[in-house]
Amino acid sequence: MSQKKLAIIATKGTLDWAYPPFILASTAAALGYEVQIFFTFYGLQLVRKDLSGLKVSPLGNPGMPMKMPFGPKWFRGINWNIPNLIQANIPGFESLATALMKKTIANNGVATIAELRELSQEAEVKFIACQMTVELFGFSHADFIDGMEYAGAAKFFEFAGESDICLYM
Amino acid sequence: MANFDQELDASGLNCPLPILRAKKTLGGMASGQTLRIVATDPGSVKDFEAFAKQTGNTLLSSGEEGGKFVFMIKKA
Repeated sequence: MSQKKLAIIATKGTLDWAYPPFILASTAAALGYEVQIFFTFYGLQLVRKDLSGLKVSPLGNPGMPMKMPFGPKWFRGINWNIPNLIQANIPGFESLATALMKKTIANNGVATIAELRELSQEAEVKFIACQMTVELFGFSHADFIDGMEYAGAAKFFEFAGESDICLYM
Repeated sequence: MANFDQELDASGLNCPLPILRAKKTLGGMASGQTLRIVATDPGSVKDFEAFAKQTGNTLLSSGEEGGKFVFMIKKA
């Protein structure tokens, strides 16, 4: 049985969208896949040493439930339907939503991004950062975690062209 | 009822942590040994079936005990 391959392109730089690439990559590695993730554009945020910039925004995101991670059960069940116009005008609303989301994540026994990222690296998932966007956004290699490789689109296709599954996120 | 070689308590952990921990634990075990896993994530029932099928390890049993999910996996 030859080893299956999974190629992922991670393009989003928010806390919610940080999960799918690392969950799928680490799980696939546990199932015996060889995995590569190509981080480009906002996806570069996911491989920075400092992950505090990862936030979640309910603004313009009608699919995101706004529920409180504390209090009695009936209170936690309430979906706070706050209009975009109000969200946009409250300073710090995004930070508040992010703090609530992190609390919900911890309450539910869901791993942190740093943890999933580490587990992925331990499982030999290969991380490649798009050199073009690193420069475009004014980052330096020192901003990113160890074990990264820096390359371009051609490098991605070298692996993706032979992959069994290829996902764009 | 100690018909297993190692035990993993994945209670309170959510997807994909029970699978990742199981994989790691199995990695340190010898072929033919049995791992008992306790989990609370309802998604883990289908996940451990799929995990066994794809990794070649044998899922000896899958059931519920005292409100928790218990799996026995024999390492290939």
